[in-house]
Amino acid sequence: MKTLTAAVVRDPAVAPAPSAGSAAVPAFDVNAVRSDFPILATHVHGKPLVYLDSAASAQKPRVVIDAERQVYEEMYANVHRGVHDLSMRASEAYEAVRGKVARFTGAPSAKEIVFLRGTTEAINLVAQTYGRVNVKEGDEILITALEHHANIVPWQMLCEEKQAKLVVAPINDAGEVEMDAFEKLLSARTRIVAAAHVSNALGTIVDVERLTALTHEYAGNAVVLIDGAQGVPHMAVDVKAIGCDFYCFSAHKMYGPSGMGALWGRKALLDAMPPWQGGGDMILSVSFEKTTYNETPFKFEAGTPNIAGTIAFGAAVDYLTGLGLPAVAAAEHDLLNYGTGALSSIPGVRLIGTAAQKASVLSFVIEGVHPHDAGSILDYEGVAVRTGHHCAQPVMDRFKVPATIRASLGVYNTREDIDVLVRGIRKVQEMFA
Amino acid sequence: MTSDLRDLYQDVILDHGKKPRNARVIDGATFTQPAYNPLCGDKGTLYVAMDPSGEKIADAAYVGQGCSISTASASIMTDFVKGKTCDEALVTFGLFHDMITAPPDQASHRPVTDLGKLSVFSGVAEFPARVKCATLAWHALKAALTEASGEAPRPVSTE
Repeated sequence: MKTLTAAVVRDPAVAPAPSAGSAAVPAFDVNAVRSDFPILATHVHGKPLVYLDSAASAQKPRVVIDAERQVYEEMYANVHRGVHDLSMRASEAYEAVRGKVARFTGAPSAKEIVFLRGTTEAINLVAQTYGRVNVKEGDEILITALEHHANIVPWQMLCEEKQAKLVVAPINDAGEVEMDAFEKLLSARTRIVAAAHVSNALGTIVDVERLTALTHEYAGNAVVLIDGAQGVPHMAVDVKAIGCDFYCFSAHKMYGPSGMGALWGRKALLDAMPPWQGGGDMILSVSFEKTTYNETPFKFEAGTPNIAGTIAFGAAVDYLTGLGLPAVAAAEHDLLNYGTGALSSIPGVRLIGTAAQKASVLSFVIEGVHPHDAGSILDYEGVAVRTGHHCAQPVMDRFKVPATIRASLGVYNTREDIDVLVRGIRKVQEMFA
Repeated sequence: MTSDLRDLYQDVILDHGKKPRNARVIDGATFTQPAYNPLCGDKGTLYVAMDPSGEKIADAAYVGQGCSISTASASIMTDFVKGKTCDEALVTFGLFHDMITAPPDQASHRPVTDLGKLSVFSGVAEFPARVKCATLAWHALKAALTEASGEAPRPVSTE
């Protein structure tokens, strides 16, 4: 069988140091990284693309694109079904990704990795299986005021069904979870705590280790789910070190294909949870009288999965691992600091979200200019940013803004990208002066 | 400034975006219609007062927050429809909608003789992402004039 990912691995130790980096920063060659992403050669309105919307969805390196194509060209067949050679090859490549994802997240076992469509589906799965069994009338589900809609609505639906209460831990003016208030909201009634690892709207890195430890100390009946959608692209994640019970994320924000993601859960929890959707692959035997469900994780994976997407997800894991997440985190942190300084120095620009610990995101408003207008003008400069509420309307309400402009960074972004953004903001200000 | 952007952000639009006309509440309005664009969060309320005969629009006003395109569109629309009958206003919305959703090859320099001041929005055709901004107030007007039947109005949405 061919190895799909041989071309991926770049040894960070031999990559040249970035010109702007300091000696203490792990080596990271952003120009080499940029050459891995074919779409960066695109022009928008005649200008070179400056892609600052990775928090919405990240672009794909060639190894991910090639992996998906290679599946269809060289090994495609259904998985877990055929005795024929192609099916065996596809199944082997597909299952190998489970191990990669487990190692990537520090999960103790590949059997604890459930493949799903993404973070949203993972949260819904936990709400509809673990939640429906364990949450009763009068119980509480505790989230934070940073959450995006996918980590709010599934819990609201569960609370409505069970007559349970959704409790929200507040954030401060910098966009940080108020840990003292969070601690006070924990009780024996708390059944589930769900929190983002990194806020998609503000970039706040939540101290999920502390949040988990507090939960396990003061709410012994509760499990902790961490929404890692914005975590895994930007930092090394170890679910054992966090201590949480569930961790979920999407492939498309970490340079993998869209429509793919994973849920990690403690095996004892996954084993005790009922299945979610019924169908093929999630069963051991079916008769009209009785069906026996398959074991974890397969009982949560009904139907033919996203085979090529899963294998390409594996290529994305290899790609990020090859770059080295400590190096990625250091380079992005350096760039975030540069961007924070650059935006802060523009009169009339106000950053929303100024947490001490941040990753990737520069969310801001321009005085006198609606973010939507700014987005159109920046687009004409080739700059792709997100404007709007970022599927986090409660966060916008908290800061009393209808929307923000969000520039979010990925491995391929440079100081020049920030400079183009800054020049674009000045054009916006000229037009609306 | 690129010419396409200038087509979108004409001076008239920038002016109405900054200083919207008819941005007030009409006490005793015949129709009060909330409007909402969930995609960008633009929100507002349209007020329409019919004349005593109930045939013509005596006054129209819009209070809300939004981008310059949606603010200017509400401002110019509320000016434009005063004195018009309901049918005239709705026909105008049809022409306006056609103008700003015209295929790109027909969009530039397209004659919009019937639309008067509304023709400043012809540049929106080059920006499909902004069509909903330009039509939010119009959708509210259409909902007010066609669906109002004594019930409490539901917010009209561009989604």
